[in-house]
Amino acid sequence: MRLIPKEIESLWTLFTAPTIWALHFLVCYITAAIYCAKAGAAPFSFEAMRLALGTVTVAALAGIALSAFLAWRQWGFGSGDPPHDEPTRKDRMLFQGFATLLLSGLSFVAVLFVSVPLVFIGTCQP
Amino acid sequence: MSGCSGVQSALAPAGEEAVAIYRLLLLMVVGGTLIWLAVMGLLLHAARRRSARWTAQEAGRLILFGGVAFPVVVLLALLAYAVWLMPAIRPWFARQATKPEMIEVTGEQFWWRIRYPAGGGMPAFETANEMRLPVGERVTFSLEAADVIHSFWIPALGGKMDMIPGRTNTLSLLPTKTGVFRAPCAEFCGTAHALMAFSVIVMEPADYSAWRRAQTAGNRSGGSEGERLFAHHGCAGCHGIRGLTPPASLGPDLTFFGQRQTVGAGTLANTRENVTRFIRNPAAVKPGAKMPAFDMLPDEDIADIAEYLVALE
Repeated sequence: MRLIPKEIESLWTLFTAPTIWALHFLVCYITAAIYCAKAGAAPFSFEAMRLALGTVTVAALAGIALSAFLAWRQWGFGSGDPPHDEPTRKDRMLFQGFATLLLSGLSFVAVLFVSVPLVFIGTCQP
Repeated sequence: MSGCSGVQSALAPAGEEAVAIYRLLLLMVVGGTLIWLAVMGLLLHAARRRSARWTAQEAGRLILFGGVAFPVVVLLALLAYAVWLMPAIRPWFARQATKPEMIEVTGEQFWWRIRYPAGGGMPAFETANEMRLPVGERVTFSLEAADVIHSFWIPALGGKMDMIPGRTNTLSLLPTKTGVFRAPCAEFCGTAHALMAFSVIVMEPADYSAWRRAQTAGNRSGGSEGERLFAHHGCAGCHGIRGLTPPASLGPDLTFFGQRQTVGAGTLANTRENVTRFIRNPAAVKPGAKMPAFDMLPDEDIADIAEYLVALE
């Protein structure tokens, strides 16, 4: 059995990376906001929360990297140059693959930016 | 560039937080200028008449590095710097652990109520529209609003913080230079918003302690005609003078009024003529001021009260 299917034919692959980005954003901000609003009520420390969000970030980046790999494969590993604008099934596939690859890159950078405060913010501000 | 060195300028920082903000501004301006020059240089290069054509591959590489990699790295660095700087701009303190003594400032239309906490064996006291701070000591403010949203901002000492009715915001500042600074209300709050400011006088710690001691004691009676008229005409119904009148809290406290820089919360210089003008018709010099006009009083009485107030030192 293959770990990754040989071919994925769905528009959803296009949205995978931005969806991961959105979920990561929500998880980070909602967790930090609730933790700080209920200052002291949580049974774990700020450091533990930071570590957990760090793990979520690594998982999100891994998910986006996987999505990027699939897109790169769909794009034929860069074998043809854009624009893929012929009205053929092949060009549609390549175009979708290329667009997904670019979106994955954007999402990867965005997730990195969202997680910058995790590195620098060490406490809730009263 | 007189506007950059005055009493109300973030470009002439006199506090730790203001220095951090100033550095951030410098970095942004210099960095932004360099990037602008680089982009303009590229534009000129592209517009040159006899430039050699770039191949599609070269152009693609330029877009990848100049349009993707470079902005990503620069933005990441700027974001990291700004987030790293946050504790320097808004110092954090554990409110529960060591409850710092906070100076309570309340924004009111259109003046500032300032309550100093008890400390150093001296009781708490209230003043208005002017605050004194010791240089080199961290002060924490507890900020509230009585009516509408105001904003507390001492540009020379640090960033601003909103004052919201029903909420208490805290701000911590560390003045590093002595001097007199102006602090305007930084959120539109009504007709006289632009005429709502307070003075901040940063002094040597010894001078500050002496001032504090005197404030606690309050004014002493001089038995002047103005003092009698102040009570007789009902001024004391709204304005308190510690040591002389029963506490009143509707209007600004006037203890040691003569020491203050301004009359009408930063509206006019504190002179006898200006105090006279203000008493006669506050709305004429400060539109929207809540104090009613007292132009029905005899001119001599107004003059006597003004004389008395500016002599409260």
